[in-house]
Amino acid sequence: MKTAAGTSRRNFLKTTALGAGGLVVAFFVPGANRLAQAAPAAADAAAPFAPNAFLRIAPDDTITVLLAHSEMGQGIWTSLPLLLAEELDADWSRIRVEHAPAAPDYFAVGMPMQFTGGSMSTWTEFERYRRAGATARALLVQAAARRFGVKAADCRCENGTVIAGDKRARYGELAADAAKLTPPKTVTLKDAKDWNLIGKPHKRLDSPEKLDGRAKFGMDVQFEGLLTAVVARAPVFGGTVASFDASAARRVPGVRDVVQVPSGIAVVADHFWAAKLGRDALKIEWNLGPNASLDSERLHGDFLKTATDAGLPASVAGDATAALVKAATRIEADYAVPYLAHAPMEPLNCTVKIDKDHCEVWTGTQFQTMDQAATARITGLKPEQVTIHTMFLGGGFGRRATPTSDFVTEAVEVAKAAGKPVKTVWTREDDIRGGYYRPAFVHRVAVGLDAAGKPVAWQHRIVGQSILGNSPFKMMVRNGIDATSVEGVADSPYLKQIADHHVSLHSPELGIPVLWLRSVGHTHTGFVMESLIDELAKAAGQDPLAYRRTLLAEHKRHLGVLELAAERAGWGTPLPAGRARGLAVHESFGSFVAQVADVSIDNDAIRVHNVVCAIDCGIAVNPAGIVAQMESGIVFGLSAALFGRLDIVNGRVQQSNYHDYRVLRMNQMPKIEVHIVPSTDKPGGVGEAGVPPVAAAVANALFALTGKRQRELPLRATS
Amino acid sequence: MFRLSRIVAVVAAAVLAGCNSGPDPAQRQAAVEAFATVQKVFQHPRCQNCHIPGDQPLQFDQGLPHAMGVARGPTGHGAEGLPCSTCHGEANAPDSYGPHAPPGAPHWALPPPQQRMVTLGLSPPELCRMIQDRNENGGRDFAALLKHVSEDKLVLWGWNPGGTRAPVSVPHAEFVAKFRTWADAGGPCPTG
Amino acid sequence: MVSLTINGKTQQFDVPDDMPLLWVIRDMAGLTGTKFGCGMAQCGACTVHVDGAPLRACVMPVSAVAGKSVTTIEGLSADASHPVQRAWAELDVVQCGYCQSGQIMSAAALLKAKPEPSDADIDAALSGNLCRCGTYQRIRAAVHRAAELAKG
Repeated sequence: MKTAAGTSRRNFLKTTALGAGGLVVAFFVPGANRLAQAAPAAADAAAPFAPNAFLRIAPDDTITVLLAHSEMGQGIWTSLPLLLAEELDADWSRIRVEHAPAAPDYFAVGMPMQFTGGSMSTWTEFERYRRAGATARALLVQAAARRFGVKAADCRCENGTVIAGDKRARYGELAADAAKLTPPKTVTLKDAKDWNLIGKPHKRLDSPEKLDGRAKFGMDVQFEGLLTAVVARAPVFGGTVASFDASAARRVPGVRDVVQVPSGIAVVADHFWAAKLGRDALKIEWNLGPNASLDSERLHGDFLKTATDAGLPASVAGDATAALVKAATRIEADYAVPYLAHAPMEPLNCTVKIDKDHCEVWTGTQFQTMDQAATARITGLKPEQVTIHTMFLGGGFGRRATPTSDFVTEAVEVAKAAGKPVKTVWTREDDIRGGYYRPAFVHRVAVGLDAAGKPVAWQHRIVGQSILGNSPFKMMVRNGIDATSVEGVADSPYLKQIADHHVSLHSPELGIPVLWLRSVGHTHTGFVMESLIDELAKAAGQDPLAYRRTLLAEHKRHLGVLELAAERAGWGTPLPAGRARGLAVHESFGSFVAQVADVSIDNDAIRVHNVVCAIDCGIAVNPAGIVAQMESGIVFGLSAALFGRLDIVNGRVQQSNYHDYRVLRMNQMPKIEVHIVPSTDKPGGVGEAGVPPVAAAVANALFALTGKRQRELPLRATS
Repeated sequence: MFRLSRIVAVVAAAVLAGCNSGPDPAQRQAAVEAFATVQKVFQHPRCQNCHIPGDQPLQFDQGLPHAMGVARGPTGHGAEGLPCSTCHGEANAPDSYGPHAPPGAPHWALPPPQQRMVTLGLSPPELCRMIQDRNENGGRDFAALLKHVSEDKLVLWGWNPGGTRAPVSVPHAEFVAKFRTWADAGGPCPTG
Repeated sequence: MVSLTINGKTQQFDVPDDMPLLWVIRDMAGLTGTKFGCGMAQCGACTVHVDGAPLRACVMPVSAVAGKSVTTIEGLSADASHPVQRAWAELDVVQCGYCQSGQIMSAAALLKAKPEPSDADIDAALSGNLCRCGTYQRIRAAVHRAAELAKG
């Protein structure tokens, strides 16, 4: 990265002159620094070496914005620069974007690490990127005022130019002077009414290079001397190599080396194909270990048995057991969802070049700080001696946010063992069978209704592996409750008004590596809660929309999106024969999303014709990006709802590629319509919030169509 | 008797040339029995998956709808923009590509929409009539049909389908012999 | 030695006959716009044109296309001016972008075979290209738009 290295943190903000006469603005949030210093070992070690900059202005007027987060399709390559450019009054056409290096200055706001996840990038950066822009603008104005011989107050900025009367100077012309000035201690941000860029739809800035093959993903890293490795990993999670014979592998033309690493045996070759053939030619005896008998079907049965008793309390009020006994009607239901793989289009990969006192890593990652620390640990270097080049991510969905840095760690081990720069590439089969799955869950729920059909007692037991519990983040598990297992239930708006409710959690410890998948706990809680509410509406003899209106009367934002989606979808109006609608509303990541799906069953397949979506995400920073993310989340959620399922038999994952781990295709694509609720509330996340409601909306539509309630995903075409 | 059998033989020859008269009962019986083998082959997934009434071929031993919404297209060679040859080459992919790589054979295609040669779901008599219906079979007489099932490279692929696909369950030579027996008798059809 | 013409440039490659075209394009010719997604013609990310027809490069032995003319995303147009690329830009189709080279090459093949495709034609031709980001709706709209742009 070409930004100048920072030296001190004395200033709230500092500027640095670029060799080329440009302006660099770095911006520190004091709170973030304190948190950074209090970070665990992984972050601590990553302190000093850093360019410390969010933007550069070059003499040719180009403004380069450095992204503290990773672009993986969600559109922050555009939304974060929008925030900065708004306050800078920049010429939008001159904005360039780069991924920032891994360094403490790019730690997420208020967090001890640099990462991308939780749909947090835009809303957590809403202040910081605007302030970075406003500060740069103030300096440019000051520089222009001196040059013009006028007061700063007499200058205004427009489209990358400072103007005072008939005097004008472009930012590029002012950059060198501005870099010599002391930045202001405070800046005033614009009123929302004065925004020119925020709130207006903007096309993606990364689009051009993704249309002609120029965009570089981790997979595309190539340089002289780089070798490629493919790794043979145990067929069962946790298995280890007992012995291996690499003689046939070494005979494959192009194979350079075969090395053992903690995760298996790596074949290192001139190119992918030789490495892959070499891997296939390995003869390996495995110590399979205790997970060789794992069976997902049996686990499902075990989970159901576990749900017979209450788990650790996650949200408790009153006496749910007693209230259930007294209830006029009692509904009991078991719901279940399977293990899921993220299956991003770009298979995992990581390129590593280790030198004596420096290591470079090129990869598409959501977890730079962890990866940097892991690399340092293996290479014996300091984190600041490890450069992480964040490449475009060919989809992340959580799989590239691994607390164990699994695919980075392995690649570093391979490069270290090979003693040469190596790109370790996973095949699709490696990816599907490689673990780090959305855990399977069972929900057992009993709800009591009063005579009017209103829920008055709610008992809810959730069983499934904890994502945080077996990770470096286990300190986030409070009183045995991993919030990611119960989010969407424990904090449900429906439960808030039920005086007697009891939500509890069992977190069985199993050898299957689990991880967050786009919308995390909401992937199952959205499905379960919104299906249940439909069940209750049915039991109460009420229309699903009317029933929700009553229950959500105090939850205006839920209600707002629900009404909007229902109205735009024509809820209650007739559909062609053989079709039916279902709806769902769910809050996640600070955003509220309602969806109405209409479905039919054609040729033994569920056909989703339309999904009408309404979102309230507070201030809509880039409405075009929000629409795209809703479309994206709906498709992702539909893939899981209609097809997603991993089976484990004798410890072996049965699915292996897109033929048996199916995802939605063009010919299964519904028409999607997205409506954004105008709002001045603080921004919420949009990368994940579109996912949770769709499975329930489709399940509820299927119920309306067939009269049969499906309580397991993936849904089946049973008429 | 001798004369009679000579006459029957002549008539049988005439049948091969398209005459309506039938073979003798014994030959007819043998031919009908041979047709059971012909049927087994024609309705094996390797063959039947593309001899379908609709426009979406089937795949795998279970005969599931071909993923990706694959379509017959205007000539049988797939949809415009997604010809079969996009994925199916002139030969099966090398073993090193893994068991799930798409199979291949020359002129990989479905029958054209005008002559669908549907075998899927037909009863034995229906199948028997379809095979010799020139409006369905590409205008082939018995000789051409025999050549097709004996030599056509796409047909032969059914016995060497690659991957973990089940090959046609009857040996090819046996199938051709049975087909010849059936054809030589004028293609008599089973009843009921 | 296998001879291939890639984007108009004829080159000799010293590779095994059964090496998939995809890896010759990526690792030998150094053209990384054509993507690896599944290795078994399930996802379409590796779609190129061979003598003008679409092909999944990940399952095609290089020997099977020896002497033929291969067009990759880098060679579809000199300056992203192909109607499909223009339409993709206009409708802001991409998200993560990894599948889009393949989507664009498939769409270009469709328009060549069928200049004014219907929705059903688009389903039939493009359902072999997966997109995990879910850009299908925009792809559909962009194919229609590209058809208009191509008419001029």
